[in-house]
Amino acid sequence: MEKSAVFNNRLLPYLLLIPQLVITLVFFYWPASQAIWQSFLREDAFGLSSEFIGLENYAALFAQPEYYKAMLTTALFSSLVTVLSLSIALLLATQADKSLKAAPVYTTFMIWPYAVAPAVAGVLWIFMFHPSLGTLARPLRLMGFDWNPLLNGNHAMTLIIMAAVWKQIAYNFLFFVAGLQAIPKSVIEAGAIDGAGPMRRFWTIVFPLLSPTTFFLLVVNIVYVFFETFGIIDAVTGGGPAGATTTMVYKVYADGRLGGDLGGSAAQSVVLMAIVIGLTAIQFRYVERKVQY
Amino acid sequence: MVEHRPWNDIIAYTILTLAVFVVAFPVYLALIASTHDAATVVSGNLPLLPGHHTLENYYRAVFVGGSRTSREPVGHMLMNSFISATGIALGKILISILSAYAVVYFRFPFRQTAFWIIFITLMLPVEVRIYPTYKVVADLHLLDTYAGLILPLIASATGTLLFRQFFMTVPDELLEASKIDGAGPFRFFKDTLLPLSITTIAALFVIQFIYGWNQYLWPLLITTQDSMQTIVTGIKKMLTTTDELAEWQLAMATAILAMLPPVAVVVFMQRLFVRGLVETEK
Repeated sequence: MEKSAVFNNRLLPYLLLIPQLVITLVFFYWPASQAIWQSFLREDAFGLSSEFIGLENYAALFAQPEYYKAMLTTALFSSLVTVLSLSIALLLATQADKSLKAAPVYTTFMIWPYAVAPAVAGVLWIFMFHPSLGTLARPLRLMGFDWNPLLNGNHAMTLIIMAAVWKQIAYNFLFFVAGLQAIPKSVIEAGAIDGAGPMRRFWTIVFPLLSPTTFFLLVVNIVYVFFETFGIIDAVTGGGPAGATTTMVYKVYADGRLGGDLGGSAAQSVVLMAIVIGLTAIQFRYVERKVQY
Repeated sequence: MVEHRPWNDIIAYTILTLAVFVVAFPVYLALIASTHDAATVVSGNLPLLPGHHTLENYYRAVFVGGSRTSREPVGHMLMNSFISATGIALGKILISILSAYAVVYFRFPFRQTAFWIIFITLMLPVEVRIYPTYKVVADLHLLDTYAGLILPLIASATGTLLFRQFFMTVPDELLEASKIDGAGPFRFFKDTLLPLSITTIAALFVIQFIYGWNQYLWPLLITTQDSMQTIVTGIKKMLTTTDELAEWQLAMATAILAMLPPVAVVVFMQRLFVRGLVETEK
């Protein structure tokens, strides 16, 4: 896509580009290349000298049992949050789609959690489920269930999953409602004439036609869980107890904050970059295909 | 609808209404907690109806700050959040509308290169390159400044792509007509393109304001003085006290205040919000 009518100034376009290019170079390319470069270096404790050590930082990283644990935690956390928030949002969106008149009203009541900061969402959920003062923790304890997210890793994981799902349903609901409304009613009517009941129509007609939306949301949700849930984890568990909720992004933060191993922290950043680039590439391939439809 | 069964509608309304209440419950609880005194809140036996300490709690949170933590009053944090969120939104709009204008309406060497340099930033959120970016900001002496809070977060391609997409839909005849009228690049931009872009600008502003307001990791890293922290980072610090008792009623009042501006934006500017959300994802 190109414009046929354009201006012919020579200098002006560069002047227009300068602000964005300068900010991008200083705050994006420079730090990103620093991260890659540092991941091949070892600095002494005072940061005075550094030597090139090739892939040693990566080797050290992948020799750490904690790193595999963080990868596993990330995989578990992101798949559960993604599957739960997508399924709940799809269930709610199909209900809202049944009655077009009510859909906009419910949309308003469903989408606002999108605007709540992840860290604030985390604070709300830890307050509800705090072992000693949480309103919802008390009934759990009265039922004889020893609920304690501050000490039990599985409970902590459950809590951050609930908070992350709570926040993400809004976004998925919005896109699912739009996706459902874009499905031609005639296709569904044709299914009904052939004698397919509501469940069968959903699984054989609606769900396949919705797959572009679902796939798009899948990628967006994974990226969300990777990066934007940092605030939830920091507010609710701080990566604990005993590292049970330390995801890969949280580990970059936690290791770097303790100082010291700059090279190792940079290597972690580079691994994350590779994962995000992979995810984005998948997303773009998919978007291209959608355009052809 | 294909078949109309009343019970079908009833099920749908029941499920949706239930969902609305479940989704709202955490916020309702926070709202209730912010109206009671400390003793009631920490007792673990929080009533489900508002108490009588509303004004006291909010007054203390906004103007005084907690007594056990020597933290900034929330009023100041709200202002920091407001300045940085507005700065991020306006900054991003400004640099990206200019670069999109250059890329779409001019032909010049390295045009594609410039576009790709900007485009690649889409791939890496700030969380991935957090410490190197911190070092750059520290070297530029921007720690604990608004510029440090704002600038690294506007280095992204979403705005440029959005404006580029919109400019491509503007008919070429408009530019030709302006040229015949003798308008140069400045006048065409100011008199024709900018008025047409108002809705796109507003949609981008809404999305970026929320994005900026809700930032957590970045402000947490680069603000060392309490006077520069934003409200979202401030809440967590209220709960991390050396004493055994955090002032939950103040933290909850702060949480309510922290979510009020972005939630209000989403609810009252829903149309723009949805538009911005859908278009920045394309």
